[in-house]
Amino acid sequence: MDNQQVLAHIASLLGTEPNATVDKYGMLNVQLDATTLISVVEGLKNEHQFIYLTDICAAHYPDRVGSEYEVIYHLHNLVANQRVRLKVALPETQISLPTLTGLYAGANWMERETFDFYGVNFEGHPDLRRILNMDDMDYHPLRKQYGLEDETRTDKNDTFFGR
Amino acid sequence: MSELTIKSTGQMISTETIDGDIATLNLGPTHPATHGIFQNILKVDGERILSAEPTIGYIHRAFEKLAERRPYNQITPITDRLNYCSSPINNIGWHMTVEKLAGIEVPKRVDYMRVIVMELARIADHLVCNSVIGVDTGALTGFTYMFQEREKIYELYEEICGARLTTNVGRIGGFERDFSPTFHAKLEKFLAEFPDNFEEFDRLLTRNRIFMDRVIGAGPITAKRALEYSFSGPNLRAAGVDYDVRVMNPYASYQDFDFDIPVGKDGDTYDRFVVRQEEIRQSVRIIRQALEKMPKGDFHANVPEFYLPPKEEVYRSMESLIYHFKIVMGETAIPAGEVYHAVEGGNGELGYYLVSDGGRTPYRLHFRRPCFIYYQAYPEMIVDSVLSDAILTMSSMNVIAGELDA
Repeated sequence: MDNQQVLAHIASLLGTEPNATVDKYGMLNVQLDATTLISVVEGLKNEHQFIYLTDICAAHYPDRVGSEYEVIYHLHNLVANQRVRLKVALPETQISLPTLTGLYAGANWMERETFDFYGVNFEGHPDLRRILNMDDMDYHPLRKQYGLEDETRTDKNDTFFGR
Repeated sequence: MSELTIKSTGQMISTETIDGDIATLNLGPTHPATHGIFQNILKVDGERILSAEPTIGYIHRAFEKLAERRPYNQITPITDRLNYCSSPINNIGWHMTVEKLAGIEVPKRVDYMRVIVMELARIADHLVCNSVIGVDTGALTGFTYMFQEREKIYELYEEICGARLTTNVGRIGGFERDFSPTFHAKLEKFLAEFPDNFEEFDRLLTRNRIFMDRVIGAGPITAKRALEYSFSGPNLRAAGVDYDVRVMNPYASYQDFDFDIPVGKDGDTYDRFVVRQEEIRQSVRIIRQALEKMPKGDFHANVPEFYLPPKEEVYRSMESLIYHFKIVMGETAIPAGEVYHAVEGGNGELGYYLVSDGGRTPYRLHFRRPCFIYYQAYPEMIVDSVLSDAILTMSSMNVIAGELDA
């Protein structure tokens, strides 16, 4: 199995040609949306042996208006040793997509971590609570609007180095 | 077996009770037998565990946020503090991720040096885990002997990089210096003495009737469930799945070496113990081959943009001074792109998902931490067993708080 075959499988699951690229490191990146995610992942798992969910994480791109958040899934076909990266872009107004816990038991904590840091709502998750941060935290710290340092500090001013 | 039901929260609970007198027990966060800071709220009926609810995050240090402000070479010390029982694997995994992003080819010699250091780290990691399983079953002796061996590995680290626990070993592009003659002498001595000492430890436990009765059947998991939970590393292999990143997606020239991947059958504490024992033997085998076949060449890639020049050059030549300044100030240009790179860490697939926008720091860095992912199966593995087995299950899963909480 190679990237082209995986892409063909995804296209047949979707019914249309997905927006996909093979990056220069050889990984197939496929853009999906929140409504098609479950059917594609289910098809990849049940029909094409992508039985291993390597990782779930998110990223925040405040400059991409209308798709500020991105949830990234890494799946692995352990039989053919083929990896694929699925991405779902989400708008700031609705940071929500269906959970994968029904397909992979291991998605549970990965999604909780993603919720904790980015506030992504995984619909249907059995126990969507914070996992690493304290429960009464009232923001999602990996979003880009929260700086690492206290904004009022001046002793770490780097402007002399052009940044 | 009693029936297990799944509550609406996805939590497993047992329906079988002894006398209906259910107690709540806090196991942790600072219980000596958990070997780290994590809490489990157990519902117990006598000794039998009815449900478990893990709470983690006690030593969360926001590494992913920190990494978004640090230049690439300053992220290596962060990776030390993930799985601190095998820091060199984390360091080298990170270096290889950046090299992949920047398209740096390292000389073959660097690969072999890295393999030696990473396999030493794997031995140290597995020694800690297995000797601690012994401690938790009441056999302290093996622990004291194996920690002497681990000490020798730490002395080898010291010869390479000067540090012991949080090693910060190597640089992007290779190593800071070549292996010294002292290192080679110490490594030869270690390779000559370690197998005998290790087999002595093995004889203390592996076929010991008392130990076997204690650990066989404690905390089992099937291969199917382990895959559904995205297990990796020795814990997955103990359940019978032969997935090892070193073989599946070879990095650092692992394809050049001849070694076996041990697998277990039942995924219980005994299988996890035996798989780790065998992996230690295989690691010794890999180190011997790497030493034997060590190619001649440079101990770092020729990448002045990433690799610090020798200090005396910095005083004499303009280019070296410029590169030195740019690296130290974190001004090295790096291509935009995103990579996922995985190495076989002490506990399994340690992945780095790195997004670069071409800036001086990563735009996004996510660590795929094997501990974090497989620890969520812990409640399922201990429900319906007894409290003493829960302790054993935790130590045999090798849950390292630093990696769990990042």
